[in-house]
Amino acid sequence: MATTTQAPPARPPATSTDRRRRIVARPAAWIVWGVVIFFFLNLLGVVASVLVSSFGQRWFDTWLPDGYTTSWYARAWDEFALLQVIVVTLEVSVLVVGLSLVIGVPAAYALARRSFPGKRLIFLVFLLPILMPPITYGIPLATVLYKFGLAGHMSGVVLANLVPSVPFVILTMTPFIEQIDPRIESAARMCGAGLRTVFLRILTPLLVPGILASAILVLVRTVGMFELTFLTAGPDSQTLVVALYYSMSASGIRAQQSVDAMAVIYTSMMLVLLIVALRYVNPTQLVARVKDEPEH
Amino acid sequence: MSGPGRPLAHWQHRLAERGIDSQLWLLVPALVFVVALFLYPFFYGLTLSFQPTNGGPFSDYARFFSDSYERGTIWITLRIALPAALLNVLAAVPIAYRMRGRFRGKRLVTTLLVVPITLGTVLTAQGLLNFLGPTGWFNRILLASNLVDEPVRLTHNYWGVFFSLVITGFPFAFLLVLSYLSGIDPTLERAAATLGADWRRRFTRITLPLLMPGLATTFCLTFVLAFSVFPSAVLVGNPAGETRVISLAAYQAAYEQYDYPYASAIAMIMGFVELVIIAVVLAARSRFYTGSTGGKG
Repeated sequence: MATTTQAPPARPPATSTDRRRRIVARPAAWIVWGVVIFFFLNLLGVVASVLVSSFGQRWFDTWLPDGYTTSWYARAWDEFALLQVIVVTLEVSVLVVGLSLVIGVPAAYALARRSFPGKRLIFLVFLLPILMPPITYGIPLATVLYKFGLAGHMSGVVLANLVPSVPFVILTMTPFIEQIDPRIESAARMCGAGLRTVFLRILTPLLVPGILASAILVLVRTVGMFELTFLTAGPDSQTLVVALYYSMSASGIRAQQSVDAMAVIYTSMMLVLLIVALRYVNPTQLVARVKDEPEH
Repeated sequence: MSGPGRPLAHWQHRLAERGIDSQLWLLVPALVFVVALFLYPFFYGLTLSFQPTNGGPFSDYARFFSDSYERGTIWITLRIALPAALLNVLAAVPIAYRMRGRFRGKRLVTTLLVVPITLGTVLTAQGLLNFLGPTGWFNRILLASNLVDEPVRLTHNYWGVFFSLVITGFPFAFLLVLSYLSGIDPTLERAAATLGADWRRRFTRITLPLLMPGLATTFCLTFVLAFSVFPSAVLVGNPAGETRVISLAAYQAAYEQYDYPYASAIAMIMGFVELVIIAVVLAARSRFYTGSTGGKG
């Protein structure tokens, strides 16, 4: 690591924290950057090898495929009934986003504004589904859903995906609600607005940025959610990532390249969502909300 | 919600003083939801695990622990998850420490790191099969640079799963550590520098102690993710042997043998092992300073 962390600034700093480091770095810095670059090169290799393979005609023991074609995409589209899969993916995602907002936003409001007995306990219960890995609670959940005949089709997939989504909406929305001045609501109440009017006419317009942020976060997570969908989906309610898993685990039946083509379709869908998401939220928010971790 | 009768109004008033009034109805949908879809399934699974298809209440647990093929899944999972989580957190610390200040392209780096997390393990597995496979680019580079004589076997075994956990887990750990680090007030370290501490002492005496609680939490979250590894264990691992992880055992019990009580028992064992590890880490964490870090976090 660095022998001196802060080298003399090359030019006058803009602020005291924004000092520029020396261009010629110390060996430790080279190692750190080397590891980062090595990681990114491998990541690039992982993604690019799928991309190149999906366009390659034949690719066996060479650096690059013999020739290039787009026919694998057409084949994947037909073989895996991708239109239906993508429609299901979109339907599930829209339903999950809509329902989790309707359930989560009012609860986030109550948790952000009010204090009442048992609040910490309720907050902890809402946190648990995020902290627990999906496969741990997914198997009992799927068992219950099958018992009531809800799993095996889309309602089960939506219900299962709501489990981590609603708490996620609550956690994302809480800081947005906290920053609204409560006096605005009091003023509206004084002017005769009921709780519903306050919600629809005052809070919702002010909360649009927060709602957009949590909607896009839930969307990204739902499209990428493998375990819960996998455990509850039936043959005609698979989302893209689950269909991809099935086509991969049954490899040998299909050409490798058409599976790759499907993977590329999935990747590009995720990347579009990610680019949209990053307009509203910062990258760390996609991973976890550190601030709201409970104090154990 | 208006009670016209006097005793009722009085009763409502007393509750309202303690913070319970009609606005709390807003919580009800979410509570119903979390009880119905999270708590109820959990306790249903717990009771189901004590009602095996044959034998006494504990016979499914006994069955799991008496069969070495099943019992071994715990060890297999720990052997993959613990080193992966440890590597991810330990590698994240120096890199995040280096990048905690502002620099050009920081947002680009963090954005790129989010990509593998959002892509998820299924796509990572597909990419790793192509990239690390015997004729993949990675082995080609090793062969071309004469580092090895024959392709290294990196897929369909322990290493395939390990790498998939590093590719998705390292960015996760890094982003968490970075946000914990930026939550530490930089003036503390500058004060130490003024008092003559060199970087090593500043790091070990100031930054590291303040970072330790965050590192413990990061380790827990990364470990839990790694412990529940499922798709990549099937796709880039060797699901019949070396990487038959515990989540796979639970899945097979539920979806291949349709033995839900046994699957629930395995899921409960899995949750219990996770809890034990987390409890150990958090117990260690409580020995460190856990107060304010002075920063924005």
